[in-house]
Amino acid sequence: MLCYEKNRNTLIVTLSGELDQREASGIRSELDALLEDAQIRRLVFDLSRLRFMDSSGIGLIIGRYKRMRRRNGSVAVRGVSERMGRILDMAGLFQLVERLA
Amino acid sequence: MGAKNHMRLDFPALPENEAFARVAISGFMLPLNPTMEELADVKTAVSEAVTNAVVHGYGGEGGEVRLLAAYSEEGVLEVKVIDRGRGIEDVAQAMQPFFTTAPGDDRSGMGFTVMESFMDDVQVHSAPGQGTVVHMSKALSLREAALPRRA
Ligand SMILES: Nc1ncnc2c1ncn2[C@@H]1O[C@H](COP(=O)(O)OP(=O)(O)OP(=O)(O)O)[C@@H](O)[C@H]1O
Ligand SMILES: [Mg+2]
Repeated sequence: MLCYEKNRNTLIVTLSGELDQREASGIRSELDALLEDAQIRRLVFDLSRLRFMDSSGIGLIIGRYKRMRRRNGSVAVRGVSERMGRILDMAGLFQLVERLA
Repeated sequence: MGAKNHMRLDFPALPENEAFARVAISGFMLPLNPTMEELADVKTAVSEAVTNAVVHGYGGEGGEVRLLAAYSEEGVLEVKVIDRGRGIEDVAQAMQPFFTTAPGDDRSGMGFTVMESFMDDVQVHSAPGQGTVVHMSKALSLREAALPRRA
């Protein structure tokens, strides 16, 4: 599930539940609709309420990263558990995306 | 392997069954009293393999996925995820980090890498048009409470 908060040019998206392929494709379309707003320059994923994540999470975040890059925007993640950090790190995600506390 | 317990589950290749397979494998391994860590490792690996069967094996065109699991007295868990779908041309290439045939769908090509890092062993048998078998195993720590209780 996705909850969001818009603060000027920052979009903060809180994901909850279990982020697998099925969930990721729903979130992707909701998120891409929100990103139609060209004002948004920074996207922050809050993962603190996720109970589960597999490699679908990598694809979701990298896909949005590419989209934000095209408009010279940036992406960050916060609330990353040790396990999720391990998965995201395998893909070198933190070289592209800032990791916030 | 001398199986102490085993199970077999057949289900259609539907996205909602990714979550179902995770719950099923968790329930099956519960008598081994796994740590939260071990439980999450196995759930994640099973999620990856079942997702691949659904997404790549059948590509949304029906089909059945089979989940087999067994564990021994010594606490070695074995899991197989089987599909009769498209199959894989070059398994070694498919297992490379970042290799994906579906980059446009936000796939990162990290599924096999995740399976390999969370399980002790991952073997893949596949051929084009023949489907795919992913065979994974993991030795669990068998903590105190998993052992038979004394009177
Ligand atoms: N069951 C399968 N049937 C057919 N092809 C498969 C199957 N499993 C994997 N593959 C092939 O192997 C490739 C790599 O799989 P892997 O799970 O590592 O990455 P992915 O599924 O493409 O991306 P991700 O898992 O990160 O979302 C896939 O892109 C696909 O071509
Ligand atoms: Mg995959």
